[in-house]
Amino acid sequence: MIPSKFEYFAPASLAEAVSLLSKYQEEAKPLAGGQSLISLLKLRLASLKYLVDLAGIAELNYIREEGAGPSGTISIGALTTYAQIKESKLLQSKCPLLPQTASVVGDVQVRNRGTLGGSLAHADPAGDMPAAILALKAELKAVGPQGERWIQADDFFLGMMETALSPDEILSEIRVPVLPDHKMIYRKAARRPSDFAMVGIALCLKARDDQTCEEISIGVTGVTDKPYRAEETEKRLRGKKLEPKIIEEAASAITEGVDVMENMHASQDFRSHLARVYVSRAIAAAGIRS
Amino acid sequence: MHRVQARINGKDYEHEVEARLLLVHYIREKARLTGTHVGCDTGNCGACTILYNGKPVKSCMLLAVQANRAEITTVEGLAGNGLHPVQEAFLNRFAVQCGYCTPGMLLSASSLLESNAAPSEAEIREALEGNMCMCTGYQQIVDAIKYAAETMRASTGKSL
Ligand SMILES: Cc1cc2nc3c(=O)[nH]c(=O)nc-3n(C[C@H](O)[C@H](O)[C@H](O)COP(=O)(O)OP(=O)(O)OC[C@H]3O[C@@H](n4cnc5c(N)ncnc54)[C@H](O)[C@@H]3O)c2cc1C
Repeated sequence: MIPSKFEYFAPASLAEAVSLLSKYQEEAKPLAGGQSLISLLKLRLASLKYLVDLAGIAELNYIREEGAGPSGTISIGALTTYAQIKESKLLQSKCPLLPQTASVVGDVQVRNRGTLGGSLAHADPAGDMPAAILALKAELKAVGPQGERWIQADDFFLGMMETALSPDEILSEIRVPVLPDHKMIYRKAARRPSDFAMVGIALCLKARDDQTCEEISIGVTGVTDKPYRAEETEKRLRGKKLEPKIIEEAASAITEGVDVMENMHASQDFRSHLARVYVSRAIAAAGIRS
Repeated sequence: MHRVQARINGKDYEHEVEARLLLVHYIREKARLTGTHVGCDTGNCGACTILYNGKPVKSCMLLAVQANRAEITTVEGLAGNGLHPVQEAFLNRFAVQCGYCTPGMLLSASSLLESNAAPSEAEIREALEGNMCMCTGYQQIVDAIKYAAETMRASTGKSL
């Protein structure tokens, strides 16, 4: 399969890339790891006149800690690959949810190319990283012709492959909090390894020794047209003792208010069932005895 | 048109290409190295796997223009004076049926063994998640990679 013709640019700086996008607007798109976009171009589900390859922009590839203590954060450049996230010692010790999630995206080859920024900007309704980003309440930096702005993860995913980014904006950085007292778990239900999630649950949970839930945030992917926070489930658990009955009741609300999708991989009923089971399992995996 | 200079299996290539040319077609049709196969053409099957700056990637998911100044290894570059131990192992352990997936399998396997001299079965299977064998001969492939790991360890004198 061969994409239709386009013009290719390989800018060396973020500023140059933004100016190309602002010049060509909807006729252009940035290219990151290409693990979604190249397919779309080949299948001619996307066609564009100008392709702006971000790969040469070294300033978009980094993982670094900013500030220490309870207000510490880790900043990740948008071009950082899944493989780099998976192998990052800093993330493994300070934000294990990201390496855990990155390690179940696709396969080795996909992880060597695919990027965190690309995965979020692409906003596949079954993408894995979006769930983790929601559970971490990350902040996303967008750079456009007017300068930069920060977008909360909760405000980023708008619908099926639709985000808060405008066509001339580049997602440049993802900032996640360091949460030393939280347990972090990602659980994915897929037909085969390397498949997309039928359901993916990302969990950040802080519990007291007596198993009372102090803080909880849950990102859900694969269930509806966009990844979402399971607010009703969170509400039913926050401040409560994490006992089997409470967990079960909370899990039963995991798809509350969302239109559960149905496709060849799973019916609505099966998907809802998986979501309930996987959120319970994620809570159990966080070390909650039940 | 864009000028692409790439080093494939230690040899320099230079061509004028259209921006939309996929890397796998560049390798097969411009560099004339047809060991890299086109299977599904949608990034799933891994028959087009190459080592790109040392790491396995699917060459149908990159543009040739992106490979400017890249270091590439294809299956033709695996053998040195003799076959690569992974190639020997695929022969000796009957890990080839129709052979279509084999080049990609060999590159994924050799890359695994480079970073992990004694992979577990689970690690071998994980390394092969992006390579499909439609003859479903996975067991022999996994066994061959284990065997290759052993022979490579024996020849480098590494005991574990
Ligand atoms: C075989 C296979 C299996 C896969 N399995 C999974 C899986 O299990 N889970 C999963 O989550 N994903 C999976 N994927 C998809 C993969 O995660 C993609 O890498 C990801 O969706 C896109 O990231 P990318 O860097 O490759 O972006 P690209 O494909 O380059 O771009 C994707 C989109 O995002 C835009 N974009 C990219 N970067 C930026 C940026 N910095 N700012 C603004 N816009 C940007 C592009 O313009 C494009 O519209 C799989 C892909 C393949 C081929």
